[in-house]
Amino acid sequence: MSALLISGSGPALAIPVLAQLPAEIQFTAPSFDYRALAPMLVVFGAALLGVLVEAFVPRRSRFVVQVVLTTVALAGALAAVVLQAATSDPVQTAGVLQSSGSVLGAVVVDRVTLFLQGTILALSILACLTMAERTVDEGGPFTPQASAVPGSPAEVAARRAGLLQSEVFPLLLFSVGGMMLFPASGDLLTMFIALEVLSLPLYLLAGMARRRRLLSQEASLKYFLLGAFSSAFFLYGTAMLYGFAGTVRLDGIAGAVTGVGGVAVLQKDGLLLLGVTMVLVGLLFKIGAAPFHLWTPDVYQGAPTPVTGFMAACTKVAAFGALLRFLYVAAYGIRWDWMPMMWGVAILTVIVGSVIAIVQTDVKRMLAYSSIAHAGFLLIGVLAMDRSGITGVLFYLAAYGFSTIGAFALVTIVRDSSEEGVAGGEATHLSQWAGLGRRHPVTAGVFTLFLLAFAGIPLTSGFMGKFAVFSAAVANGAWVLALVGVLASAVAAFFYIRVIVLMYFTEPTGSEAVVEAPGIGTTFAIMLSAVITLILGLAPSLLLDSATAASVFLP
Amino acid sequence: MSQAHSWVVVAAVAAGGVLFFAVAMLANAALRPRVPTSEKLTTYESGVDPIGRGWSQIQVRYYLYAYLYVVFAVDAVYLFPWATVLASFGTAAVVEMGIFLGVLTLGLVHFWRRGALTWS
Repeated sequence: MSALLISGSGPALAIPVLAQLPAEIQFTAPSFDYRALAPMLVVFGAALLGVLVEAFVPRRSRFVVQVVLTTVALAGALAAVVLQAATSDPVQTAGVLQSSGSVLGAVVVDRVTLFLQGTILALSILACLTMAERTVDEGGPFTPQASAVPGSPAEVAARRAGLLQSEVFPLLLFSVGGMMLFPASGDLLTMFIALEVLSLPLYLLAGMARRRRLLSQEASLKYFLLGAFSSAFFLYGTAMLYGFAGTVRLDGIAGAVTGVGGVAVLQKDGLLLLGVTMVLVGLLFKIGAAPFHLWTPDVYQGAPTPVTGFMAACTKVAAFGALLRFLYVAAYGIRWDWMPMMWGVAILTVIVGSVIAIVQTDVKRMLAYSSIAHAGFLLIGVLAMDRSGITGVLFYLAAYGFSTIGAFALVTIVRDSSEEGVAGGEATHLSQWAGLGRRHPVTAGVFTLFLLAFAGIPLTSGFMGKFAVFSAAVANGAWVLALVGVLASAVAAFFYIRVIVLMYFTEPTGSEAVVEAPGIGTTFAIMLSAVITLILGLAPSLLLDSATAASVFLP
Repeated sequence: MSQAHSWVVVAAVAAGGVLFFAVAMLANAALRPRVPTSEKLTTYESGVDPIGRGWSQIQVRYYLYAYLYVVFAVDAVYLFPWATVLASFGTAAVVEMGIFLGVLTLGLVHFWRRGALTWS
């Protein structure tokens, strides 16, 4: 067509070309279920408002306004999610809400979505509180001016002027909005957009640490490059699946796989398999599963610690939600094809995470490898391919999320000892944690609780989570996976307990870490995480029941 | 078609891709004449002499302007198809495009208030 137009023959030739188009393309105006979308709209709306706050509110009061706006918006969205989950007809436990619950299939708000969105919102409120911490480090965990070159006079001037990069809060909101949309996506394009909306702010947030800025910027760049690469995989896979099914909708792909709906699928297996594989690569990257985990330790170590906590907890919840929906809704029909591959990924992930964590000497890197191992345990639950598997994964995500937010928040208050009145940098080297239990029993005690939860010791939330996913795997014949998981848990328990031994039974050598008294936000976040970790261990049915009720996907 | 067979196809395509790349590069290296001169190693072989090094800092402002340009260029891409269905869609289309443009304008307002539009 373009060749004809360029040849200069003019409109006379262009008309027959246009005439080949369908006579009339029918557009139907979409109808929105604003009730189902309300939580996401609140978060995105508040994020846009935050941009305006940055533009118009005077510099002095910006920080307070942003923190209040962000917290209120997240709490409001959480209330909307809870209200929806509570008021929708309990008979329709298949996830069908009163109204259709969908927007042309692009967004599916079913019970799984509501559970995950609630988890993400609750976790991100705690993350927001730790990001707003300004007691430990004067000026907070973020650089005063991200655009100033590290070590330059501009940076010194920005610090003297007491500047604050309060953009972190709108960025946080945009990211949370993307995370809420990610597991709610009903088609692959929405999923891709959600993936980008959640990732792009994270790339920025990762590079904004106040201290060790070069490490932080390196983390940001690595995360961005690898993330862009994985997004490309996801998009290419989407294109392949579109080529296979003629639609990007998850239920449409599922229909094409099983041949429902009259879609003829002949000789197109290659497209389907490549497409599923590539989309999975994109999703597994976000989860941090081996062999796509290599960014995790560097990024977790370099990013500002509150951001690391946010990434480790909320991104994992969102990405597992999307993975569950893709595997259970779109790719369920060909599970015998991708199951062997995913088994390999799950086994590799638990082994890599558990074994490499043993040799780590940095707390944040150790927690990063621990998060890789947890991704593997979660994958074992996913591969149960059963309702009990979904229940287990949902519960595990919530349990792991709260422990992770708490653990990273705690890392932010353990500091290098330095001269009077000025907090040192974070004491992330494990040797500095030696003897912490004697000097700061409360801090060490709470951290011990989180470590025990990570290790999966009974009476903590981690045990119930592991029990739920492993029993689901065994019940569905994946006992090999469960066995590998249990063995890896034993290995992982070693390095968690090693840290506990270090804190309580080792004499400090060299520099000792000190605990700076945190502000009210961080204290609240740590305490609430600890309480939830305990409660979910002692009375898991509180959350397990709603996880069970939530564990059916609406296609 | 058996499942294993279709994986073989996938593997064959991947192997073919690698092979094609390798053969092309090797053939290129084997067939081309090799006349190295120092001129050829400069950044622009046939242009003006380069000044300074390849790695140099550029003003972040260039990035901001480029970004603004891209945002509004992409926005125009969406406006054209929108214009063709505007009549049949009516108010809903106007409102929705208004929201879209409003979000973009919000970003522009932010740029303006933070002084990104003044070149000083």
